[in-house]
Amino acid sequence: MATRKPASTAARRTSSARTSASVRQQTKKSSPVGQIIAPPAPEEFTKERELQAYNDMLLIRRFEEKAGQLYGMGFIGGFCHLYIGQEAVVIGMQMALKEGDQVITGYRDHGHMLATGMSPRGVMAELTGRRDGYSRGKGGSMHMFSKEKGFYGGHGIVGGQVSLGTGLAFANSYRGNDNISLTYFGDGAANQGQVYESFNMAALWKLPVVYIVENNRYAMGTSVSRASAQTDFSQRGASFNIPGIQVDGMDVRAVKAAGDLAAEHCRSGKGPIILEMLTYRYRGHSMSDPAKYRTKDEVQKMRSEQDPIEQVRKRILDNAWASEDELKAMDKKIRDIVADSADFAQSNPEPDPSELYTNILI
Amino acid sequence: MPRMTMIEAIRSAMDVSMERDDDVVVFGEDVGYFGGVFRCTAGLQQKYGKTRCFDTPISELGIVGAAIGMAAYGLRPCIEIQFADYVYPAFDQIASEAARIRYRSNGQFTCPIVIRMPTGGGIFGGQTHSQSPEALFTHVSGLKVVVPSNPVDAKGLLIAAIEDPDPVIFLEPKRLYNGPFDGHHDKPVTPWSKHALGEVPEGHFTVPLGKAEVRRAGAELTVLAYGTMTYVSEAAAADTGIDAEIIDLKTLLPLDLETIVASVSKTGRCVIVHEATLTSGFGAELAALVQKHCFYHLEAPITRVTGWDTPYPHAQEWDYFPGPARVGRAMIETMEG
Ligand SMILES: Cc1ncc(C[n+]2csc(CCOP(=O)(O)OP(=O)(O)O)c2C)c(N)n1
Ligand SMILES: [Mg+2]
Repeated sequence: MATRKPASTAARRTSSARTSASVRQQTKKSSPVGQIIAPPAPEEFTKERELQAYNDMLLIRRFEEKAGQLYGMGFIGGFCHLYIGQEAVVIGMQMALKEGDQVITGYRDHGHMLATGMSPRGVMAELTGRRDGYSRGKGGSMHMFSKEKGFYGGHGIVGGQVSLGTGLAFANSYRGNDNISLTYFGDGAANQGQVYESFNMAALWKLPVVYIVENNRYAMGTSVSRASAQTDFSQRGASFNIPGIQVDGMDVRAVKAAGDLAAEHCRSGKGPIILEMLTYRYRGHSMSDPAKYRTKDEVQKMRSEQDPIEQVRKRILDNAWASEDELKAMDKKIRDIVADSADFAQSNPEPDPSELYTNILI
Repeated sequence: MPRMTMIEAIRSAMDVSMERDDDVVVFGEDVGYFGGVFRCTAGLQQKYGKTRCFDTPISELGIVGAAIGMAAYGLRPCIEIQFADYVYPAFDQIASEAARIRYRSNGQFTCPIVIRMPTGGGIFGGQTHSQSPEALFTHVSGLKVVVPSNPVDAKGLLIAAIEDPDPVIFLEPKRLYNGPFDGHHDKPVTPWSKHALGEVPEGHFTVPLGKAEVRRAGAELTVLAYGTMTYVSEAAAADTGIDAEIIDLKTLLPLDLETIVASVSKTGRCVIVHEATLTSGFGAELAALVQKHCFYHLEAPITRVTGWDTPYPHAQEWDYFPGPARVGRAMIETMEG
């Protein structure tokens, strides 16, 4: 591993050379208004990319549909937050990543895990609380990790992962590599105090972290406008001079383009950046959600007009990159993978009682 | 007398308090418009308007901190932390500010706030939706800590807490919201509507903070419990046939030492049961007090039955939960010991 330089040298320099001139200069430098970056044009996808995006997003959707069914049948208990509707966000962002980058998120995490390449069997078995789940069944839907895939969880406490993601970025900077940390959180989580402590440190130390706010318009039953004084989340870093971009999170090509820009920004040492993904969750917050806070029409309109998977499907068909039958075959393959994960998760035994006391200090 | 679930009783306590005193305000995440994830505040916003019952952003530290400021100025915030597991971001405000305002201001200001939060497991919530953090609060001087076990107590204690001049942590065992769950998870729970403690007076009344109650009189052994574990202990007594005296503490701070000492002095044996983890749990405090005050009456070592010293697992819920089998075993051992 290369010897490190950036973070602490930079920090030392600023604190020791703090003359009044440099303070004045710093003050002049900041212009929060200029920090809001226009979203880059959606990337034109090649045939291969479109098909890959279609495949990867569909895997998440089918997996989540199955998880919803298993929950209904009583195989999954407790909490289970489905990602249906938001698939373009993680799939587009994953395309901007390279080996060694880290991903961390909250509890609506199934999509993120599948996007990083974690196994559907391992995730599903965790949902059903079985021994070959990623956390041996002891974590459940919200708490899974994969060192191999660079996935740092899976966190049930709203906002908790934002500081951790900032620390991951610090570690990259300390190691002197050019990896970045993708730190995902929701519009609701964006109101936690530790988010702003993190923003300040990330900007101060120029950490390579992409903060991705998945604005799906609701935090449980509370709409953004009822909880947030500033509803444009791309501007939430303004007072720290963190640039922000508002992205059409339903269009995987727009996400990919913004992801590339953000990754380049971080890798080149410019510090953190915020991507606000305008997206939508189709299902309830968790499995029991009376959904009184929005109309059926609102959900239906998003589904029929902006569905991330339909958008790709339409382009594929319009370009004749695949036939209806070929797409059906693809879907069938994905359904088989998902069915296999469900069979596995139902037949896998529960953890042995001796598991109660593993990985804990006593 | 009307029958209420524990949810309805808690709602009724807030309703009665808001009706009587304009200074009582209720807020928290999803508390106003939605009426709370467990429905404890349903209807209050409609009845009292958005200035007295309202939603907050997901900002526990801010919610509690703001409530403390309001309270110092004389309001009586009764706030909800959606699950006790979410209280940690607010812990600084609770320990450093709420608990000490009276002391630090030389008694000029007090902090009449109530922080309600659902606690405990039994709902497959896993490590971030099942914890019982009461001992973190009892360790902070300056807080009162209440754990009701039934609708009538929940209402009376909550009204008393709201009217109390000092900060009260009000922990609601979520497994008891709809009935007296006794740990026999394979059997249906009797709903509160069919239970005597589900009879709750309509209007204003209080149940005093700092008073325990003997739930089952007995001669052979004393069980100290609170919340859900009261019923688990009752089930264990029934299953083992041991004539146990079961005490529902109701309030951990201030603690009703008198009732505890009277009972253990009589039975000479003591089992302490809580769902929270063992090490430095509230049971340790109880054991120390019992051995100090009942030393010459004790005929067996004091035993604790608790959750294991691990996070609450998602799988293995019933291996973790201290159910009637484990409590019963401890009772038998204590009888033999
Ligand atoms: C500290 C904390 N407070 C509250 C909660 C309860 N809670 C879980 S999810 C959620 C809403 C979060 O909304 P958002 O960040 O927008 O994410 P989304 O569910 O929309 O993906 C709340 C309030 C929690 N888990 N942790
Ligand atoms: Mg949201």
